[in-house]
Amino acid sequence: MSESRLQMRTGESASLVLRGATVLDPVAGIDARHDIVVRDGVIAELTAPGEANADGIEEIDAGALHAFPAFFDPHVHLRTPGQEHKEDIETGARSAAAGGYCGVLAMANTEPPVSTPADVEALLADARAAAAVKVGFLATVTRAMEGEELTEMASLRDVGAAGFSDDGLPIRSARVLRRALQYQRLCGGTIALHEEDPELSGAGVMHEGPVSAALGLEGIPSVSESTMIARDAALAGYEGGRIHVQHLSATESVEAVRAAKAAGVQISCEASPHHLCLTDEEVRSLDPQRFKMNPPLRSEADRQALIEGLRDGTIECIATDHAPHAPEEKEVPFEQAAMGVTGLETAFAALHTELVLPGTIELGLLVERLAGGAAPFGVERPSLSPGSEANIALCDLSARWTVGEDGYESRSSNSWCAGKELTGRVLMTLAGGQVAYRLRSFSMGVAA
Amino acid sequence: MRHLLSIEQLSKTEIESILDRAESFAEVGRRDIKKVPTLRGRTVVTLFYEASTRTSSSFELAAKRLSADLVSVKAAGSSVDKGESLKDTVATLSAYDPAAIVLRHPYAGAAQLVAQWADAAVVNAGDGKHEHPSQALLDVYTLRRRLGSLEGKRIWIVGDVLHSRVARSNLIAFKAMGAELTVCGPPALIPRGLEQLGCEVEHSLERLGEADVVYALRLQRERMNESFVPSIREYAAHFQIDSRRLGPRQLLMHPGPVNRGVELSGEVIDSPQSLIAEQVASGLVVRMAILYELLATGDQGPAPVAGNGQAAPIGQPA
Repeated sequence: MSESRLQMRTGESASLVLRGATVLDPVAGIDARHDIVVRDGVIAELTAPGEANADGIEEIDAGALHAFPAFFDPHVHLRTPGQEHKEDIETGARSAAAGGYCGVLAMANTEPPVSTPADVEALLADARAAAAVKVGFLATVTRAMEGEELTEMASLRDVGAAGFSDDGLPIRSARVLRRALQYQRLCGGTIALHEEDPELSGAGVMHEGPVSAALGLEGIPSVSESTMIARDAALAGYEGGRIHVQHLSATESVEAVRAAKAAGVQISCEASPHHLCLTDEEVRSLDPQRFKMNPPLRSEADRQALIEGLRDGTIECIATDHAPHAPEEKEVPFEQAAMGVTGLETAFAALHTELVLPGTIELGLLVERLAGGAAPFGVERPSLSPGSEANIALCDLSARWTVGEDGYESRSSNSWCAGKELTGRVLMTLAGGQVAYRLRSFSMGVAA
Repeated sequence: MRHLLSIEQLSKTEIESILDRAESFAEVGRRDIKKVPTLRGRTVVTLFYEASTRTSSSFELAAKRLSADLVSVKAAGSSVDKGESLKDTVATLSAYDPAAIVLRHPYAGAAQLVAQWADAAVVNAGDGKHEHPSQALLDVYTLRRRLGSLEGKRIWIVGDVLHSRVARSNLIAFKAMGAELTVCGPPALIPRGLEQLGCEVEHSLERLGEADVVYALRLQRERMNESFVPSIREYAAHFQIDSRRLGPRQLLMHPGPVNRGVELSGEVIDSPQSLIAEQVASGLVVRMAILYELLATGDQGPAPVAGNGQAAPIGQPA
């Protein structure tokens, strides 16, 4: 059912054997070395290492590698239609594949915004023609993202909208959001919310705190986010609606979501790799290319609260908020620069380097949360259990690489990791039963 | 010193070295011919994206006194009006191979970007609400001449700190010179977390008597429209420095331009305690010293200083 809301290019189904990989799928309870046999795009079996019968299909020596369920990102910007100079469906999906993702959900704040059934149909057709991984499209909650009138939500769902979001902007009016939650009973579709009170954020460009005070930059207070989450959680609870809070950044926000969950609200939420790895101290560099985004990088205490939320399940998924921008929008003073950073190609490697290697979180938790964005939108979670469609991220956890030195699959280069040396790299991705990505230098020698 | 982008980048020794050199330029200013040939044949570009009287005129005069060729560009009436980006404007001006670019820009970090793009030495003449290092240097210079040393002196900065690049640069500079800082103003005009820069925060002038120096900031009249303060009258009632609040031993400073009757009353501006005119005079010699330091002493850090605070002989390029 929900899978028709995600589309990708149809190609050759993969048939191959990953020999001796360390296979880790915490949800399926798999954590051991196996040969993974993929036949016709399906995981046919997991055998003891070296025991699978290849039967003439490609064999890959994965003895030093890890195989995870491929990741799912519920929050990316593919900039199509209207801003294809930043990203399009082909480059964005390739970028996702290079990061180990088998599926992504694209936001609707394009030019013009995705607000009509025809828009959604055209995008799904584009994805069928060009996407290396499964791509779903959210439609806007309000017409043209103006925050006033609802879109034709039921018709949008009928043609395949994966959910609804005015991401990029909050829904200012509590009345409008309430009407959307009421209408959701008719058509389904999770409403994803960019939570920010524009009155409190003002013209802010970074987190409000000692660093913004030192730099003379207008701050965005943490409560700009958390007060809106509290409002919208109350509305969702009252209407029995289903909401997903995007890109949590602050301690108070984690607390607001935790409280709503405890009260029984149908609410899920996400945190981004950059908010989990960086703080507002980075902004002292005044480098908008890597460190300007909305919500802004916040304090170390906020970062720790996000990590705690990830651990205790308050935050069920990691979403990159992959936001490509053209160089001329970023090669300007900090206050003038566009908000957003790219993240699909580096999410796993960055979080592995910054959180798993130092022992802050377990590898299994990271793998679980990187695919945790599927369920809130009714998408089946990628699994390595035999019989599942092949959605696999094959990674070398000891590979060290410098981000950007070989360019990017994305059309844009505003990566928050640019120039960083990371440990852990995706070598190959299977998505929807097809080989979506192979690192160019990853030799595909047939095992003897 | 390759560029002057912020006060934060300077050590106390580097600040003192610039001020010592400014002292020697003050001597040049008393000669009949107030010009030295140091920068003959070199080009200084001033690029101002915001209105300015003091800063632009003193940098321009400083460059001329040092015999540099000067190109002054104001954003209004230039290609900037036609939508040219900062990066492209800098590339255009760089074609003249300037030795220095002096930049005033409405946004933080602009000078730092220009320093990445241009070969010239870059002087930050004010970037957004971030920094205004030459103002801080001239203020330290002015106070040092009057007080000898800032060590242990209590300085109050009063007014709209939130929107003031001068406040930020001066806080850092005064602290580096050993002063004790208090910042005072209405709560909405004091940035959250400012105390972590190492100053006390007050919301009342009750204890103003403790100050050796009162540094008042300009209150822009439009601030009340954004509810930072309810009215100019209410602001003046609580925060105006007037002859009732300013004690006879206290010195008064202000970066200009002053809103008479708002942050300062007329009588204190014209009082003998006011250093406001001296600040303007200091601006010229300090800006000469900055250009000299960047362009005539090479990259080897603080220039050699002769005995008793006098700068090394000037007049020939080092």
